[in-house]
Amino acid sequence: MSLDEFDRQLVGATQSGLPLVPRPYEAVGAMLGVSSDAVRERFAQMLRSGLIRRIGAVPNHYRLGFVANGMTVWDVNDAQVDHLGARVGALPGVSHCYRRRRELPHWPYNLFAMLHGRSREEVERQRIDVRALLGPACRADDVLYSTAILKKTGLRLSGD
Amino acid sequence: MAPAETATDFDARDALLIDRLHGDLALTDHPFATVGAELGMDEDEVLERLRRLLAQGVLTRFGPLYRIESAGGMYVLAALEVPAERFDAVTRIVNALPEVAHNYRREHRLNMWFVVAAESPGQVDDALARIAQQTGLAVHAFPKEREYAVELRLPLLAAQGETHVTR
Repeated sequence: MSLDEFDRQLVGATQSGLPLVPRPYEAVGAMLGVSSDAVRERFAQMLRSGLIRRIGAVPNHYRLGFVANGMTVWDVNDAQVDHLGARVGALPGVSHCYRRRRELPHWPYNLFAMLHGRSREEVERQRIDVRALLGPACRADDVLYSTAILKKTGLRLSGD
Repeated sequence: MAPAETATDFDARDALLIDRLHGDLALTDHPFATVGAELGMDEDEVLERLRRLLAQGVLTRFGPLYRIESAGGMYVLAALEVPAERFDAVTRIVNALPEVAHNYRREHRLNMWFVVAAESPGQVDDALARIAQQTGLAVHAFPKEREYAVELRLPLLAAQGETHVTR
């Protein structure tokens, strides 16, 4: 699926957010010279195709009290990583969980799981759970705690 | 790190609203009234709370979350090993690129981790090359090969001593 001109305009008009007015879809339509129905139909289509994951709020974990954020990284046996990754992704406290390319020899880790807690102790307890789940399939692991959000804007299409 | 006391900027009704809107906003003519009806709030209350939560930074944004991969685009996580004395200058260079969607400082030899988002793999490569050239640092890219989970459902209401409301 590729973006047509209307898709691009719609993404451009809403990538930093929906207008917080009673009729937000009508307001977006007014910016683009189309009806509220046209906006809602295209959004519905984008939700079906997966181009839009959801329409909703993005919380700031830090401001909600989840001040400890550890990016945990694991060197997991290639034959087992997909099966185990899905199980790690389903654990409470885990947000993003991805398989990524290794950068050998310095970076042997192929599974990334972002853990969130109210304290580092809570994140460390979650790490123990992940380690137990991975068992002998995991050869090494590490955690990288965040100490500052330097930028958080989300997607920006160029040329809008 | 954000100080812990900022965690109290929202009340139980905010938590209820955030929890609900971590899911989907309806595609109705008056979607905030639709959400409000489920939560026992009127449209004005929903809108006022959302405006305040955004202004306070409790929410970073509100709207459609685009997955650009579905349209041929790409996100790549990348890291730099930044010398401490150059950290602020390198942050300015990296953050200045519109393709950089997130950037975090982390405790590790690789101390800067950012996500580059662009409409094509070629644009991602260009952005990474510009960062390498402008910072003079090696860019370590960790492209995603498979996705197992993309979002956290925060147990906000549990945090407030109330029952977690599921969709």
